[in-house]
Amino acid sequence: MSALPRAALPGRLQRAPEGFLQPAQIREVAAGRRGFLRSAFAAAAGLRLAGAARAQPPGEEVILRPQPWATSLGQPVAAFPYGQPSKYEKNLMRRESPGLTRVSAASVAFSPLQGMFGIITASGLHFERHHQGWEDIDPSKHRLMVNGLVKQETVFTMDELMRLPSVSRIHFIECGANTGMEWGNVAVPTVQYTHGMLSCSEFTGVRLIDVLDHLGYDRKKGRYVLAEGGDGSGMTRTIPMELVESGEVLLAYGMNGEMLRPENGYPLRLVVPGVQGVSWVKWLRRIEVGDMPYATKDETVHYVDLMPNGQLRQYTSIQEAKSVITTPSGGQMLLDKGFYNVSGIAWSGRGKIKRVDVSSDGGRNWRSARLETPVLSKALTRFNIGWVWDGAPAILQSRAMDETGYVQPKINQLRAVRGTRSIYHNNAIQSWQVAQSGEVSNVQAY
Amino acid sequence: MSRLTEFLHGGLRVCASGCTALLFSVAPPAHAASENVAQVGDWKGIGRAATPAEVRAWDIDVRPDFKGLPKGAGTVARGQEIWESKCATCHGVFGEATHVFTPIAGGVHSEDLKAGHTASLLKPTEARTTVMKLSHVSTLWDYINRAMPWNAPRSLSIDEVYAVTAYVLNLGSVLPDDFTLSNENVAEVQARLPNRDGMTMDHGMWSVKGKPDVRNVACMKGCAVDVKVASVLPEAARPAHGNLADQNRTIGPVRGVVTAAQVAGTAPAVPSQGVAMLQLANKGACLSCHQIETKVVGPAFREVAAKYKGDPKAFATLIAKVKNGGQGIWGAIPMPPAQSLSDEEIGKLVRWVLDGTPQ
Ligand code: HEC
Ligand code: HEC
Repeated sequence: MSALPRAALPGRLQRAPEGFLQPAQIREVAAGRRGFLRSAFAAAAGLRLAGAARAQPPGEEVILRPQPWATSLGQPVAAFPYGQPSKYEKNLMRRESPGLTRVSAASVAFSPLQGMFGIITASGLHFERHHQGWEDIDPSKHRLMVNGLVKQETVFTMDELMRLPSVSRIHFIECGANTGMEWGNVAVPTVQYTHGMLSCSEFTGVRLIDVLDHLGYDRKKGRYVLAEGGDGSGMTRTIPMELVESGEVLLAYGMNGEMLRPENGYPLRLVVPGVQGVSWVKWLRRIEVGDMPYATKDETVHYVDLMPNGQLRQYTSIQEAKSVITTPSGGQMLLDKGFYNVSGIAWSGRGKIKRVDVSSDGGRNWRSARLETPVLSKALTRFNIGWVWDGAPAILQSRAMDETGYVQPKINQLRAVRGTRSIYHNNAIQSWQVAQSGEVSNVQAY
Repeated sequence: MSRLTEFLHGGLRVCASGCTALLFSVAPPAHAASENVAQVGDWKGIGRAATPAEVRAWDIDVRPDFKGLPKGAGTVARGQEIWESKCATCHGVFGEATHVFTPIAGGVHSEDLKAGHTASLLKPTEARTTVMKLSHVSTLWDYINRAMPWNAPRSLSIDEVYAVTAYVLNLGSVLPDDFTLSNENVAEVQARLPNRDGMTMDHGMWSVKGKPDVRNVACMKGCAVDVKVASVLPEAARPAHGNLADQNRTIGPVRGVVTAAQVAGTAPAVPSQGVAMLQLANKGACLSCHQIETKVVGPAFREVAAKYKGDPKAFATLIAKVKNGGQGIWGAIPMPPAQSLSDEEIGKLVRWVLDGTPQ
């Protein structure tokens, strides 16, 4: 034990030894010396193990000795009027990917998918993508203007929008550039950076079609909607009217039971289920009904997909079916051989997830995973499947199929059609290689 | 209930033919609501008519057919003045800079103006500049008008937007030095854009009825017989995202891999000054913008040490700078005020930076 390089580990000095394992300890476990784990509680008591011979203690200190939390008075209610995660959870936070963008007001903070459960993203961990920083807009000064091909160009206050009939729906939002760093080669170590421009929330708001119907939009000519943000970037994107007419597009103010967070567009954002995040315009101030697409900056020089023949695909918006295993995933270490619950998420911009298959041999053989309910259209679906790790190298993959029958492709299949220089819409099967040491790393295997 | 009000209230989702004509031939009530509530309800009094001045103030978008483009004009020469005083700090004098954003100009050749396709988009090594990809002048005009300069959007006049748009296209080898861009000749400029024919809508990812372009099959047994690992994480990228052990839960079936420590066995018992300072810098989020050797968002710590070598005032000045944030010494990008560090910790970090970041 004394040889362990504790001191070299940033931020590690103060932590209780039972809470984590040092690299050398992990190696011992991986090498099959599991006896080490049994002695870990002795270490927890602060005992130094001097060599081999020592008596078995009567049990674990945490059980035998009354702990402070069981022998003291706890905190009062509303000690934090707005609750916080446990201090032991601070490792899981939104993070930027160094070198991806140049300035953090035109950047991305990725969600820590490696530690998340179920399908709902905690609002504080929702990914962020801003083009011109975020603002916290005074909701009493926020207005929504609807203009263009409507009978009456109209202004709404938040008071008014929040009086209208509301719906609440669970949907994923994924940036079109999610997994974009991996088009050419493996570039980043963990699922936070490969897939973390993805979140899923319950959104509450008014159906845009109801508002347009109320204002009498021109159904024949008004085949496009321009959504515009009220921030400095004035983000603008064109939404085809057929999507709005499906009744799915929302003027949303609620997210997971509270108002939207400022980083996510407080007090009003567009929700466009199945479509990439950039169209979910935040701080929404204006909807214009028009008769042609608008070719805005973020649908002409960005969010266009460069094809091998040099043409740029414009208005690519719908997120095809995709999935990823989040536990275990890149940058993690399996602590021992034996049983693991392989868990991940699947989603499709075209509807419900029908099936998710998981392989542990790099795609030779597959087993269908258990889908957790609810399985909702254009929402994350959680899948789980048991796996016994025998200590040999393995490659874990998941493959989603949606209700249209579309099967998530392999990266080589995507590249065969779209080349390697695209940035957006990489929905390839993700491979995680498990080494004999238990270390899981990001690879591309097919 | 009239057909009109029924229509307006969404009672008829799919209109019989002639319905639109009816709707637009009948003068509507001031608010399209009525006594009779179908599904949606009576929304009378909710929302008010936008005034013409309000619509003018907010409806600023310019479409590819130039609908929305206000009258005005600006010369390349005037655009250069604006560019050099208001844009070049971030985008570079020639629109070439990469420290804030991708390059704006470059990569366009005279043949492209004839072809309508930018040839260098096919070159894998070439950075994709804005002008290389641009297929509509309206896009550029609209974006500069709505969002630039980045730190002071909507501060340019209409004529200034024309001028600086002209200058960006001049930098991008599209317009000559003596050009005046105006609402009158903008369509001619559109016809010169290098990548005007470079967009395609031939894909299934916009329409809900669109067909995916890539297909896999859900084979279950004995599928890919010869699995190859085609790409692995480069060794250098492993620590580039910080210590992964600190990005994973400390309970549960797995732990994060330690990527920021020295090799086991060779590690000293006490963290070296370098490791301790890096921990501190990490805690203060400095490392998201600074590295020791290379410039990221902020200057490399070695550059800072070199700049202030022998300057007795540097210690105090830099402590204040890190504490309060600031810009202008190394460029236009501001440093935010340090958070989550005590004054003492900031002092230690600045000392260490000035000492040349010893190990
Ligand atoms: C403080 C730094 C800064 C200044 C000053 C600035 N810009 Fe920008 N500019 C940016 C950033 C950052 C972006 C990218 C924004 C985004 O991510 O959407 C950008 C984007 C652009 C783009 C779109 C490029 C593309 O490919 O998307 C154009 C064109 C542009 N700027 C022109 C200008 C002009 C003209 C000026 C001066 C009037 C100016 N900028 C001043 C930082 C700046
Ligand atoms: C969001 C990015 C960012 C973060 C975080 C950041 N810096 Fe900076 N830093 C910069 C930029 C940009 C500059 C250049 C400012 C200028 O030009 O005046 C800079 C400059 C500096 C300088 C030189 C200042 C001068 O006037 O020459 C020092 C020293 C420095 N940073 C230390 C730190 C320390 C210590 C931390 C952590 C507490 C930190 N920085 C966090 C971006 C950042």
